Amino acid sequence: MTTIAELPPGFADKVLSAQSTFRSVMDAMARPGSVQRIVPVAGAPAMMMRGTAAIALTLFDHDTPLWLDARIAESLELVKWLKFHTGAPVVQDSSIASFALISDGGALPPLERFALGTSEYPDRSTTLILQVDSLETGRSFELRGPGIDGVAMLHASVKPFDLFERLHVNESLFPRGIDVVLVADDALVAIPRTTRIVSKES
Amino acid sequence: MNAPAYNFAYLDEQTKRMIRRAILKAIAIPGYQVPFASREMPMPYGWGTGGVQVTAAILGPADVLKVIDQGSDDTTNAISIRKFFAKTAGVATTTATEDATVIQTRHRIPETALSENQVLVYQVPIPEPLRFLEPRETETRRMHALAEYGLMHVKLYEDIARFGHIATAYAYPVKVNARYVMDPSPTPKFDNPKMDNCPALQLFGAGREKRIYAIPPYTQVVSLDFDDHPFEPYRFNAPCALCAAEDSYLDEIVTDDKGGRMFVCSDTDYCESRQAAGHHGSLSAAPYKEKAQGGING
Amino acid sequence: MYVAVKGGERAIENAHRLLADKRRGDQSVPEITLDQISEQLGLAVDRVMSEGSLYDRELAALAIKQARGDLIEAIFLVRAFRATLPRFGASEPVDTGAMRVQRRVSSTFKDIPGGQILGPTFDYTHRLLDPALAQGFVPEAPAMADASTAPTPRVTDILGRDGLIESSPQAEDGASVGDLTREPLNFPADRDLRLQNLARGDEGFLLAMGYSTQRGYGRNHPFAGEIRFGEVEVEFLAEDVGFAVPLGSIELTECQMVNQFKGSATEAPCFTRGYGLAFGQSERKTMSMALVDRALRARELGEEALAPAQDEEFVMSHSDNVQATGFVEHLKLPHYVDFQSELGLLRKLRKEFTDAQAPDAMKEAAE
Repeated sequence: MTTIAELPPGFADKVLSAQSTFRSVMDAMARPGSVQRIVPVAGAPAMMMRGTAAIALTLFDHDTPLWLDARIAESLELVKWLKFHTGAPVVQDSSIASFALISDGGALPPLERFALGTSEYPDRSTTLILQVDSLETGRSFELRGPGIDGVAMLHASVKPFDLFERLHVNESLFPRGIDVVLVADDALVAIPRTTRIVSKES
Repeated sequence: MNAPAYNFAYLDEQTKRMIRRAILKAIAIPGYQVPFASREMPMPYGWGTGGVQVTAAILGPADVLKVIDQGSDDTTNAISIRKFFAKTAGVATTTATEDATVIQTRHRIPETALSENQVLVYQVPIPEPLRFLEPRETETRRMHALAEYGLMHVKLYEDIARFGHIATAYAYPVKVNARYVMDPSPTPKFDNPKMDNCPALQLFGAGREKRIYAIPPYTQVVSLDFDDHPFEPYRFNAPCALCAAEDSYLDEIVTDDKGGRMFVCSDTDYCESRQAAGHHGSLSAAPYKEKAQGGING
Repeated sequence: MYVAVKGGERAIENAHRLLADKRRGDQSVPEITLDQISEQLGLAVDRVMSEGSLYDRELAALAIKQARGDLIEAIFLVRAFRATLPRFGASEPVDTGAMRVQRRVSSTFKDIPGGQILGPTFDYTHRLLDPALAQGFVPEAPAMADASTAPTPRVTDILGRDGLIESSPQAEDGASVGDLTREPLNFPADRDLRLQNLARGDEGFLLAMGYSTQRGYGRNHPFAGEIRFGEVEVEFLAEDVGFAVPLGSIELTECQMVNQFKGSATEAPCFTRGYGLAFGQSERKTMSMALVDRALRARELGEEALAPAQDEEFVMSHSDNVQATGFVEHLKLPHYVDFQSELGLLRKLRKEFTDAQAPDAMKEAAE
């Protein structure tokens, strides 16, 4: 058993670290495809990247039902860390989750299992936080949409390999849809539901 | 007695998290009004509580804040809000548009073009552009869900039939990213074109009505109009009496009770910068303001 | 000339200093103390606590003093402070049936178990200004008796035992209580949120709305089943301790209206309910609240909702005096930028109008 005292710590300065992390996430969401950095340091349990830990400490609380993929849910330490530092209730039903934490992209459930919002309240949707291998190298993608001056290029190595194809569903669902935050260590890229992505095969 | 103790930027962390989540949703769905649990702020509803909550949720120690009301940095409410954040967050403040990272505004968009590293926060009284056509929230929400905006076009067209023009001079409705009809807050329609394809992030906070909405950078914002009655921004046809600008929005200052008046830039920072750069209008010799808030203050 | 339209930091500071001076008034007159406000203007304190949603007599008295007696301003001060307080959870429901009543009247029965208790009330005073109160008045000691140990069951519970009144809707076990200060309001709203909204709502607004139902705008045949005022215990279920711990006692006024009966082919007819609750002694508020609560239940009870008091969006969106006063009073903030835009448009329309008229006028003159 891990006791609370043995859990990795949260932010050293809760207020300013959360503010700094939020600005990185906000900038990422406002400028899809741009790579933002998470500066503040928090302890992170195994399997949780620094960026993911900071986002969790910044955005999760009692009011945000949280869905965890199988690999994360199996880690007792990680679940305990989340519960202790954020208080977010962990739910089994992904369709009522405010956030979903995914460490094993290969096992990402079909997107329609998450909350997609309603036409009246499209904001009542799940935001996916997906840990990926790299946001600097890998396949090339062209991004277009609000927040982007023309075209943005993204080089990323992500699982599932067809993630961006799957996200095409956002086009027909809009204004409903799924927003995604990709995390690779301390780097993050957001793909809001308005972003259209084409793979550029070299 | 329970002695009050306040957090950085006044709001408690739980409130900030709630507002921050709403902001992210607002950015992801441009022009859609995200409901949020607006808090009671220490200034009255109508004084900018929505803008203040948005600013408080994003502001950090590295930010430089500018606050304007009617385009001016030294109208009473702008001073009051700027002092509130200088006191509760200890942030640097400025009156220079280009030095600011966060600009909170009531009723204007600065004349100086905004840049990518800036966020413009609008104070919004009535966020619902359809409210005056349909007072019920349940109805307007359905209209947005179905993108059923015919009523708005009918209203604008009735103006044309009656007056020969669209009779909306401010809070002129826009369509964002070809989907949501949005209220730009009560800015004069002169400012509408500045919202289109703007490099800065634009956030809107309505405290009393409990809504947050956003326009991401580089997003299409179109003022509603008709082919035969295209949108036209209004500007009084005169140069600024102080800086001779011909491209800025002007305030009309009544100088006597015999019809005397002068026209000067509503954006005081823009006007002063132009005067400092050697531009002079017909009355620029007149003493026009106390120099209270120059440059960056700690 | 132009300098005059600039606000300026000094103007704000001077205005605040002048306000502080006016608040104090003539300094040869002794300063009013918080105890004096709390003890001698107790009903004002009760109202500020109710609509300010914070049970703290001392802070409410301070707010009244700071607001120079403007109760809506005082309510605003309390609300703004309340918004910054940490929230630990919701108390257990208070048991008003176990209230230590100071006043308790029912208009539906001549006598009730536990008796009618008139208590401190203006009801049968003659409204004649009393010069004796102007200064130095020492009231007679109140008549005292031993506290009765007889139970004072709620009148609606007595009716309920025979099924004559609908049962009070019960929340599901473990269901969380809505809080419109924490969650944005959506329509249609459940009754917990409606009651919270009414409890925070402006007394004058609720009074007018309740009055309108009596005059036929959504009539619901009310009887004041019971109004009671007294002290109740507040308990909080501490999860880590596992049992409810007492936090103290508060004064409450509760009004249960007994209203127009309902019934159908499948359901025996019975009276319906309207409910009002407020901090302190606030009878006008709770009675108005109960009338409006009942009116707002129109949809749930299958009634046609045609009157303003039955319109949930209308009532809930306009009941809050802090919101209302802010938006009404914000009209005094500068709006000259928009006014200028409107002025430009109006001048243009007038010019076009004059130009269009001019040829006609000339034609008439020529004829």
